[in-house]
Parts: sequence; C-alpha cells; structure tokens
Amino acid sequence: MIIDHPLLGPRDAAEFVYLGDAALIDRPDWQAADAMEQFHSYGYLRDNPAGQHQELWYHEQGDRSWLVVTRNTLTHEITAVELARDVARKRGRGK
Amino acid sequence: MRYSGFKVLWEGLTGNKGWTRAWREPEPKAEYDIVIIGGGGHGLSTAYYLAKEFGLTNVAVLEKGWLGSGNIGRNTTIIRSNYLLPGNEPFYEFSMKLWENLEQDTNYNSMVSQRSILNLIHTDGQRDAFVRRANSMFLAGADAELVDAAQLKKELPFLDYDNARFPIKGGLFQRRGGTARHDAVAWGYARGADSRGVDIIQNCEVTGFQIENGSCLGVETSRGPIRAKKVAMCVAGSSGRVAAMAGMRLPIESHVLQAFVSEGLKPTLPGVITFGAGHFYVSQSDKGGLVFGGDIDGYNTYAQRGNLPVVEDVCEGGMAIMPMIGRARLLRSWGGVMDMSMDGSPFIDKTHIDGLYFNGGWCYGGFKATPASGFCYAHLLAKDEPHPTATEMRLDRFMTGNLIDEKGMGNQPNLH
Repeated sequence: MIIDHPLLGPRDAAEFVYLGDAALIDRPDWQAADAMEQFHSYGYLRDNPAGQHQELWYHEQGDRSWLVVTRNTLTHEITAVELARDVARKRGRGK
Repeated sequence: MRYSGFKVLWEGLTGNKGWTRAWREPEPKAEYDIVIIGGGGHGLSTAYYLAKEFGLTNVAVLEKGWLGSGNIGRNTTIIRSNYLLPGNEPFYEFSMKLWENLEQDTNYNSMVSQRSILNLIHTDGQRDAFVRRANSMFLAGADAELVDAAQLKKELPFLDYDNARFPIKGGLFQRRGGTARHDAVAWGYARGADSRGVDIIQNCEVTGFQIENGSCLGVETSRGPIRAKKVAMCVAGSSGRVAAMAGMRLPIESHVLQAFVSEGLKPTLPGVITFGAGHFYVSQSDKGGLVFGGDIDGYNTYAQRGNLPVVEDVCEGGMAIMPMIGRARLLRSWGGVMDMSMDGSPFIDKTHIDGLYFNGGWCYGGFKATPASGFCYAHLLAKDEPHPTATEMRLDRFMTGNLIDEKGMGNQPNLH
C-alpha cells in the first residue's frame, strides 16, 4: 500500500505504524456521569466496518506525524489522507 | 456408512462404486431449535457436539459459501496446548485431548499427527518465561519438556545455533502437539453432524436477525427466513459484519494473516518449529511442502490477501533460524481474515440479546481450538451455562477487568 502523505507525498505503508480506528481521536469526557461506559466503549469496542474506514497511521520512519487515512477494508484502496491534527481541529479540538 | 481400512480395500477391488455422499444437501426448514451461523470448523464442530454429546439434533448450520471455505481451509494446521493463563490453558488442553481421539470419535481420517511443537529460546529471560509457561501447562495436565541447545543440536542439526543476533539457547517442546489435515477436520465434523440429523445448508447467507423486544427469534437469509429458539454466531473473521446486523459493536478488529507453502521436499522437518525472537512458525505437510507463517499485516481488513512487507518479514524470520529454507522455492501464499480481539483471547458467550449467542475473537489461534470451541459452545447452547474450561471467555470481560492477555499487550489488537 502507498500512503499519499499530505506533506511528503507518496510513501510506502511499511514506513508507518498502524494504531486503529480514527474514532480514537474523540476521547470521552472523564467527568461525564457515564464515563465508565464511555471509556469502555472508547477503549475496547470497535465498529470494524467492511468498507470505508478512517484510521490512524503514525509516520514513525518519516516525519513522525499522525495521519487519518480513509481506506477501504475490502479493497485496500486509499481515498483520502489528512493530518490527524487537522481532523482533530475540524472536530473542535483546541490543540 | 462406516469408513474402515477393510472398506477401502473392498471398494478398491470392486471399482469404488459403493461410496456415497458424506452429507446430505437439505432444503432449509422453517424452524429449528438452534441455528448456527457459519459452516466452518467451529460451526460444524458445535453442531457435531450438540448432536452427539447433548442430544440436540433439530439444528441447522447455515453457510454463506461452501462448507469449510473460510479459515478452516486457510490455516497452517498446527495443534498445541502450550498457553500460559488459567483462562486459556485448561481450554486448549481440553481441545488437545479431543484432538487425540478425534479420528476414532468421528470415524474420519483427520490425519492428526502428534509430531511435536518446539518453541525456540534465544535469551536467558526467555528461558525463565518458558519455565513458567511449562509449569502452567503441567498445572492444566498438559505435557512440556525443556531442552538445552546440546540436545536440540542432536534432534534438529539444521537450525542456526550460532546466529550472531538470535543464538538458539534451547527450546520448549510439547511432544503431544503437531498438525492435522485441516479440511478433513471440517469434513469429519460435517459428516458426523449430518448423520445424526443436523441440516447443513450451504450457499445460504444470513442477511439479518429477527429481533423483537430484546429477543432473537430467528434469522433472515438469502433462502428465506428461518425461525430458531437459539441463534449461534460462529463466523470468526466476519464477526464484525454479522454482529453489526444485530446492532452489536464487538471488542474485535478484523486483520489479515498470511500463510505460505513451499514446493514439495523430502522429509526435512520432524515437527513444528517456532522462532522465539521474531514471529515465524513452520512445519512440513505430508505432501512435503514447508507450511509457514508469521505476523498479521497489522491493519483492519476484510480482504483475504495481504501485502509484501509481511512476506519479507516472515521469510527473514525463516532465514534467521533455518538458513536452508532459502533454497526452497515458495509455491503459494494466501491470506485469511482473523477476528483480532482486544486481549488476544476468544469469546464463547451469550450476548445481551436473549437467544443470541456469540463465538469468535479467535485471533490466529482458531484451528487448534476447533474441537473444544465446538464442545464448549454446544455446552453453552444446550445448558445455558459455560463449560468449566471456558468460563472466562466472556464478552463483558473488558468492563469487569478480567482480561485474558497472554502477551500483556493491552487493547492493541494488531500486537497480539
């Protein structure tokens, strides 16, 4: 697989480390009344879809940036690559 | 029909005209006591033990493709019970004991071969860990044998003992481990279940669940609705997709594991050998091919094929312990989709929906578990309580903190 890094251009996926579903960006509020359930679901449950999947890849052997890659889990086709920082900011995160 | 050596001889002398089909091809009925989703190794063994051990024969096994077309036909055929934790080891040893009597039990030649499995030791720390593992195996009634490099050199002279980076210091044997003929395991269970009255329905895809007021009343399929008192998911590899139809999110990611086979060679490897410093395991099939594999690719996928970096990594592992493997030509490689769970251990449990049961999360250890998985799942389905060896394989263990994490990796499925 080739990941088209937004800053560095096309890079071999072997340079990256895979973390998992990009939903991991949305860490629950630890002060919520149901924080226990929320963190259980955040830490352990996954949508695991067959098809489009947004996921976190870390460019360990490159610029060490975190990316959100949109990839099809049935074909391995990559349709979008964004910096995780940009995705988090779009979702309203401050830093 | 009962199979025997005499029968083979007789049929050979009379033109092989007396063989009949090993199982029927029935039309689905409108209702069953139990519907098992998935006609792979685990689904078929569940049906077999339901019929044989628990007397439940009004059972259907629904298979989307053809019988045994998933991971039961794609694995590297290793059987062993060399686990560490109390939640796992008694279960796998129970499985090993079922393997040892499988052929007599099912009257089918599954080619179970207890040719031994060896885990190599490369460091002092690893030796300590394997001593602990061996003791844990003894506690569950399994066999284990620690050997030093001098003895290994006598038994397996072809290993690279003086490798500069990963010298071999010894190994942990389980002599009762070995291999089995994977397809024949599915076929033997299918024949045994069918002959006791279980309907095995191929080319029948489950497309939805009939769930009303928190109870599962049956399934929708590509061949019409089927009612059932109990519905049993048994689709490791596709668990995410099937459970999603019931509105469930699972502690599972789907990953691809690749496997490889070389050209046929003369007898070379006496048993199964695994690398202790990287991830590599190899055995020789009865046809002569070296069957080997290593790590999963490491990203979510439902595609039954992997990528080249892992091919390279696996072959490097092989070269590190057994340089002679470099002279063998690779014949085929393929991929199978694994349920990688959050702690690397499986699930055999009820779900939060009445009448809906779940078996999955086998990571890449499902084949060796085939007999016990079926037995314990059948026990749960028949009695509504877990088999004594599978009490910890619960879906809610991440909420309660009772994880079964053999490697201590945490909730990172691609590291298990």
